[in-house]
Amino acid sequence: MPYDSIVCVKQVPDTANITAEAMKEDGTVNRGALPTVFNPEDLHALEAALALRDEYGGTVTVLSMGPPKAGDVLRDSLFRGADRAILLTDRRAAASDTLATSYILAQAIKTIGRYDLVFCGRQAIDGDTAQVGPQCAEKLGIPQITYLQEVIGVHDRSIRVRRNIGRGWEIVDGRLPLLITVLDSANRPRPQGARRVMRMKRAKVPAEVAAEVKAAMPNATDEQRAAETDRRVAALRQSGLLIEQWDLDRIGADLQRCGLAGSPTKVHRIQAIVLTKEGYTEIAPTEAGVGQMIHELVVDRTWG
Amino acid sequence: MTEPNRQGEVWVFAEQEDGALHDVTLELCGKARELADRLGVRAGAVLPGAGVGPLAKRLIAQGIDNVYLVDHPRLANYQTLPYANALVTLIERHRPQIVVVGATAIGRDMAPRVASTLRSGLTADCTDLDIADVTDPKAGVDHKNLLLQIRPAFGGNIIATIVNYDQWPQMATVREGVMPLKPASNGHAGKIIEEKIDIDDTQMALKLIQRHIEPRKVNLKGARVIVSGGGGIGSKDNFKLLYDLAGAIGGAVGASRAAVDSGLIDKEHQIGQTGTTVRPALYIAVGISGAVQHRAGMEESAKIIAINTDRDAPIFSVAHYGIVGDFKQVIPMMIKAIKEKTR
Repeated sequence: MPYDSIVCVKQVPDTANITAEAMKEDGTVNRGALPTVFNPEDLHALEAALALRDEYGGTVTVLSMGPPKAGDVLRDSLFRGADRAILLTDRRAAASDTLATSYILAQAIKTIGRYDLVFCGRQAIDGDTAQVGPQCAEKLGIPQITYLQEVIGVHDRSIRVRRNIGRGWEIVDGRLPLLITVLDSANRPRPQGARRVMRMKRAKVPAEVAAEVKAAMPNATDEQRAAETDRRVAALRQSGLLIEQWDLDRIGADLQRCGLAGSPTKVHRIQAIVLTKEGYTEIAPTEAGVGQMIHELVVDRTWG
Repeated sequence: MTEPNRQGEVWVFAEQEDGALHDVTLELCGKARELADRLGVRAGAVLPGAGVGPLAKRLIAQGIDNVYLVDHPRLANYQTLPYANALVTLIERHRPQIVVVGATAIGRDMAPRVASTLRSGLTADCTDLDIADVTDPKAGVDHKNLLLQIRPAFGGNIIATIVNYDQWPQMATVREGVMPLKPASNGHAGKIIEEKIDIDDTQMALKLIQRHIEPRKVNLKGARVIVSGGGGIGSKDNFKLLYDLAGAIGGAVGASRAAVDSGLIDKEHQIGQTGTTVRPALYIAVGISGAVQHRAGMEESAKIIAINTDRDAPIFSVAHYGIVGDFKQVIPMMIKAIKEKTR
């Protein structure tokens, strides 16, 4: 029996390799200075969906919310085997917290319509909140299974999985539709398929095409550029290489629930972590030095 | 979404498993007490489960005024929907102004579901909570006594303070081990309030087939002294020196991610943002450079000794005692000095 999956993926700054150059003087992060990556756990969510399709049939649709540049992670998903990719991009969605983001994603998922499973990475490395998956499930009115370690099997619209519960694991059965968040220990993401890369490397979202046209025709009028963009978008659509681009109107979103207006949490203050050299007592690496330190620790009752 | 209720209580979600309260719940009771006192309101705890009534006394001893006991056979094992719905029902019934939840596997599964239903804000994985007056810079409106929700973000490279002006309750999950555990007191008086809720079949969406809990072999959180090694230890053999030192002091052995990733020691020893957060009386960091992710898990230790050959290692920035030298020489000296002191 085939199953249709939707995978939510995010393009994130590579927080694992942040350098001092990425911090602005006021202590905020200069996102533009950071390389972007496919959020690591989302790759495992994609793999879980692809593996399920390979075994049971069905489709895998990848959905991402972000700026036009997030077309990168959608192309990557197509290269790895996704059937369809949708970019939700809209300036009015900027500054959304997890509540607003999950509302927007849930609206997009409802717009896609039919699905059996929604897969998300457990959390994104820029926020580490792990909130969007469960909040999205709530908005869709479906149950959630967090921290997936292994899909054991699907039978007759019921899925059996092993999930991590912190100090151990549990095996649970759940009726579809369900939302599942995936850990990086769940599977090994497949590499990009060479033939799929060859076939789809020119796939783009319309916003990327528009930026490309703007760069290629610096002296043209807006009308000329728009006409050229339309022509290129039509050509991509013709060859099946157009990545769908949706905005908040397309998904019928209530703007009061999107972006800053729809975000109850507000950032009050941001501090860069600066190494404060408050000074410590330097102990010489000698028996006398070490003996004195141990003595002080006994005297101040750190132990004993 | 709920209007602010400034008389509302400060609530803790009481997480229990197999008849015992989770450590982070006990830690949060102390913090809830402190926040409630500053706001001049009562501290409450929501205790869902089956046959968990006897745990209420412990919550009261940790400083809770009102324990809202939700005893229901369908709450015997944690499952998202019935637990989330129980909490939502009680929040709507009693309108607390603050709800804090441990950032455990359970807390991080349940709290987002609750916040989404209520359409209130939720800040994940806080390392500190405070109360302050805040001005909304856009609207120019002053808000009195808001909960400051303080957490690392961007892979631990920044510290963000998050507030929630008016879509209450103000909700946060809080990391395990970051709030000090206050001593229990039998002198504190509190009430147990039995709450009735309905749990219908649709909430029992998942069927538990099997559960396996690993026995905890390494008790980092309970240790008064931790001797922790990093990538600079170099080999498994060299780690034995750290075990010797831990044995001499009566401590546990921890490790940085670098040591775990290079296979020197098991992952359950890992301390830091992706491992355990600890605050022992004494933390001895050996051959640990002190990346921000590691420091986030240990910098609240009462005393820190850093041993490193690199004078510029960031670990020295949080140390009380620094020894620039080779641990293979320094550790035997420490063991000898300890044996002399305790003889």
